[in-house]
Amino acid sequence: MTKEAIIQVNDLTIGYGDYVLLHDANFQVNKGDVFIIMGGSGCGKSSMLRVLTGLLPPKKGNVIINGTDITQASPAELQKIREQSGILYQSGALFSSMTLAENIMLPLQQYSDYSPSTIKELAHLKLALVGLNGFDDFYPSEISGGMKKRAGLARALALDPDIVYFDEPSAGLDPISSRNLDDLIIELNRSLGTTIVVVTHELASLFAIGTNSIFLDANTKTILAQGNPKELLKNPPNKEVYQFLTRGETK
Amino acid sequence: MIKTNNIITDTPIQISTEKETLFVSVTGSIVHFDNKNTIQKIQSNISHIKNIIFINNNLQKWDSSLLLLVFETICLAKDKKISYSIDSMPKNLQELITLAFAVNRKPNHKTSDQKDFLEEVGFKTLNITTKIKTVCKYIGEILSSIGRWLSANSVMRGTDFLSALDDCGPKAIGIVSLISFLVGLILAFVGAVQLQMFGAQIYVASLVTIGMCRIMGAIMVGIIIAGRTGSAYAATIGTMQVNEELDALQTMGLSRIDFLVLPRLLSLLIAMPILTMLADFMGMLGGAFVGVFMMDLPYQEYWKYAIDAFSLKNFLVGIFHGFCFGFIIALCGCYCGLTCGRNADSVGVATTRSVVNAIVWMIVVTGIITVICQELGI
Repeated sequence: MTKEAIIQVNDLTIGYGDYVLLHDANFQVNKGDVFIIMGGSGCGKSSMLRVLTGLLPPKKGNVIINGTDITQASPAELQKIREQSGILYQSGALFSSMTLAENIMLPLQQYSDYSPSTIKELAHLKLALVGLNGFDDFYPSEISGGMKKRAGLARALALDPDIVYFDEPSAGLDPISSRNLDDLIIELNRSLGTTIVVVTHELASLFAIGTNSIFLDANTKTILAQGNPKELLKNPPNKEVYQFLTRGETK
Repeated sequence: MIKTNNIITDTPIQISTEKETLFVSVTGSIVHFDNKNTIQKIQSNISHIKNIIFINNNLQKWDSSLLLLVFETICLAKDKKISYSIDSMPKNLQELITLAFAVNRKPNHKTSDQKDFLEEVGFKTLNITTKIKTVCKYIGEILSSIGRWLSANSVMRGTDFLSALDDCGPKAIGIVSLISFLVGLILAFVGAVQLQMFGAQIYVASLVTIGMCRIMGAIMVGIIIAGRTGSAYAATIGTMQVNEELDALQTMGLSRIDFLVLPRLLSLLIAMPILTMLADFMGMLGGAFVGVFMMDLPYQEYWKYAIDAFSLKNFLVGIFHGFCFGFIIALCGCYCGLTCGRNADSVGVATTRSVVNAIVWMIVVTGIITVICQELGI
């Protein structure tokens, strides 16, 4: 049985000015996948995420999300796509002038017809889901880095999105917090059926959560491999992928 | 023993040549050694050389300066296609040299930003047109955001507006009062010296009142608020850019103008005229202080002349200046924040730019308003 694609990327070329970061990339993310975008530093992982989320226009190619090409979409269509996706940024990107609950209430106030009291309860629930029960009135400056990421995740989940993007979720976290966040990602994927796209180069994390992946290479500026990270480790298609997945070991 | 000719001694490094081979002999301690001359000497001696050999002549202590010498000599040898040997050098030095040449990745694009004059002029011209377009788009977005706010479709939060208003209004009262009082005082002092020569020192009251109400009050408030509030807007929004908060807003589909610029703009449009009124009053008070306590003018008489000199026309022109300055400060502060780069250094640059731009544009606008007032006979 073939899986249904939720994101389809065709002939994508990414760059800044005259500089090309990645060219002619083709891949698809299936519904319910935990999809990993991996590769060494400077290969264009975060730029790829910016393109997928509509923050960076590609130089060439198209990105089809839920049947809509976001490179050609009207502002209204783009808006609809954005309502169906949530993003957890590296730093959490919480608004520092707002409490955690207010951060989560913001997209709900904007895009839902719930009453103010329901919105407040929903924000409380989302915080509880990520293990921050009772932190509603805390400001981002009053909590730790790991908690900020959890709160950022709660905000990303506010509108029950179809897709949640994670930009290096393990960055700056201790191993236990990192593991807890990975568990949370798996749990959300299983229980809510959310498609998850993760940009990371943390091996432990990508093996723990990834069901599918692409490997970006900075030298060739292409996708060098696609598939389940564990399968790629078992049968590496080339030495770059093998070295990356084994922390630089040579065969 | 090596027979050499052309021995060049640069203790603790000796350079000698024999037939087609150049020997670099290192001895003793080579620490913090400036190898500039040595490299030059090697360069001037390799025209007929086919081998370079480093000789360890009881080398005891070395640091990066020797490593650099070896590295640069090898680069030179590779460039001139000369063979080289460092086999007698310490093992760890050899390993470091191997490490230095292990990855030979060249940058993919030009790292230098140096351009010649014509290129620079061309780039600057293109930048100006791009910048004009960006600023026009920005002002357009602000106007449409004001339109959304008037039709109650804006995402601006009331709490953000109140917080911005509190920050640029009540919290600025102290500094605005102090500076305006001192400016009134200085104006009175400067005027008094001249007026005293004609026995017309009582007109200090008129001078200070007209000066403060017409323009000085608004300009002083403008400069204070540009430095205090405009820079804070640029720094806050710039930091949000660094922390990816602006990206988060955009991906949530929330207008950055509605959410960040509108509350700040509205609060300054309200606060600036009120602060200008305060500055006018405090300046007159400063003038009165000099007139009454230093020039021994009668208190009642001072105020009589001050009130006589006060005209609603001048007062309203001052308030209008304040209103325009509020618009300019908010525009410059928020624009510099929104166009800030993604590192800490950029925030500093954005902050400075916001203050400089605001002050320059305030002066330009003052000139325009003055000409218009002149033409209209106000």
